[in-house]
Amino acid sequence: MARAVTTQHKTIATAAAWIVALLIFFPILYTVITSFKSEQEAIQGFNLFPSGTMESYSEVQAQSGYFKFFLNSVLLSVGSTILALLVAIPAAWSMAFSPGKWTKDILMWMLSTKMMPAVAVLFPMYLIFRDTGLLDSRIGLMIMLMLINLPIVVWMLYTYFREIPGEILEAARMDGASLWNEIVYVLTPMAIPGIASTMLLNIILAWNEAFWTIRLTTTEAAPLTAFISSFSSPQGLFWAKLSAASTLAIAPILIMGWFSQKQLVRGLTFGAVK
Amino acid sequence: MATQQTRSLARFMMAPSVVLLFVWMIVPLAFTLWFSFQQYNPLNPIRDGFVGFSNYALFYSNPAFLQSILNTLTIVVAVLLITVIGGIMLALLIDQPMWGQGIVRILVISPFFVMPPVAALVWKNMIMHPQYGVFADIARFFGGQPIDWFGQYPLTAIIIIVAWQWLPFATLILLTSLQSLDGEQKEAAEMDGAGFVSRFIYLTLPHMSRAITVVILIQTIFLLSVYAEILVTTNGGPGYASTNLPFLVYQKALLEFKIGQASAGGVIAVILANIVAFFAMRAVGKNLDK
Repeated sequence: MARAVTTQHKTIATAAAWIVALLIFFPILYTVITSFKSEQEAIQGFNLFPSGTMESYSEVQAQSGYFKFFLNSVLLSVGSTILALLVAIPAAWSMAFSPGKWTKDILMWMLSTKMMPAVAVLFPMYLIFRDTGLLDSRIGLMIMLMLINLPIVVWMLYTYFREIPGEILEAARMDGASLWNEIVYVLTPMAIPGIASTMLLNIILAWNEAFWTIRLTTTEAAPLTAFISSFSSPQGLFWAKLSAASTLAIAPILIMGWFSQKQLVRGLTFGAVK
Repeated sequence: MATQQTRSLARFMMAPSVVLLFVWMIVPLAFTLWFSFQQYNPLNPIRDGFVGFSNYALFYSNPAFLQSILNTLTIVVAVLLITVIGGIMLALLIDQPMWGQGIVRILVISPFFVMPPVAALVWKNMIMHPQYGVFADIARFFGGQPIDWFGQYPLTAIIIIVAWQWLPFATLILLTSLQSLDGEQKEAAEMDGAGFVSRFIYLTLPHMSRAITVVILIQTIFLLSVYAEILVTTNGGPGYASTNLPFLVYQKALLEFKIGQASAGGVIAVILANIVAFFAMRAVGKNLDK
């Protein structure tokens, strides 16, 4: 039974929520608005109505080759996610369907590796990358991103796989399905939604990772995080260009994020909150 | 129904993840530990060699050290307070019946998807800039003096930026938890004459406790190692006013090339993270066992 809601109550809640939401969203909104201003307009005080010029966008591409960084971001986030899935799916599968005495402990231990401050191993990793020629290479960074997100990927897949009823597998086994058939025809179709959600969340995390991607790259493999950080030492006023670059850097992942709210909650809380 | 065969198969399937994570955890850390007892300077290798604990002594006697630990903890605690309390309030608000709830959710969650360097640069230049920022515009509108955030209150400014990035996360998770609260229970409590406050304390808050624990754990992991936000805004300054432990280690290693000291700092960072993690993991372990 729904509670009787007075229109007045609803109006007040709506107004309050919208005001707070717009305030929280404002920095993003203002960045998008400023990206359509000319540099002159951008520093002339508060103004929500830009002239609509696109010059900042074309300049960002012309001056700094935005597209290359964008491509690196796509390659790194998708590539590292696929690598992580390849390693994590068997592990999560076995932990979910034939859990042993140590399964819980292994899961907790995996999570605890995320607690290690990246900066503590920055220099060794730098040396290892330099001596193996992986510095500023896409494959090196892909491995790096795979490693730091692997615990979350395993956890997330584990919580999804655990919900697949074990009886189905047993029934398939009774019917004489081989392990391979079991995986291909029974498990995979049931696991695909979980795998897709995991993939989505991990791409977002990898896209926004801003420590290793900045420190282990210079030009060749640098993704958007490194590209944007290079704007931190200002030479003159460049508000509109900065806004255009920022808008381009966050737009794809922002839109992806909007569609993945549910998976985000599940994934980042290890299935504890659904 | 695990036979011997499936059990060894299970181990075999788990091996790649476990081995990779183990190597990733042990190898670089062993290097760091080794370097922390060495004098090692890639630019000036003449005096390289074993130096015992003197790197730790040097790091410890550095006035920046204690300040950086204090700053690290301040960032973690302040951001947690803001995001958890703010998140609960926001979740309660958004949970009310309203028009356009879906859009409100999308607006509120958005900052979480903004990469840290973008968030930091946008706040630095467009919002908090003492001359051209929106805050300055507002201050001038009311006839006040614009605040030089990164000069006068660098740590506060960084806390605001980081809290802006994490408030959406806390809100979304707490809201999800809130929405799974049984409506009938709420109604029953209301029928019994429980007011908003007592309903919140005795019904809502206990229901959300698990979600709150998870929010605290996850955020702590990320907040202990805030880096990009400091790099693009204050660069740790003025002085060491906004330097946290990760940033101090980075400065020692890649800017001053004092690898020994940086490694000692790294080891200390690991110990600090482990102390925090120990408590956080225990709480979560308990909560997840249900």
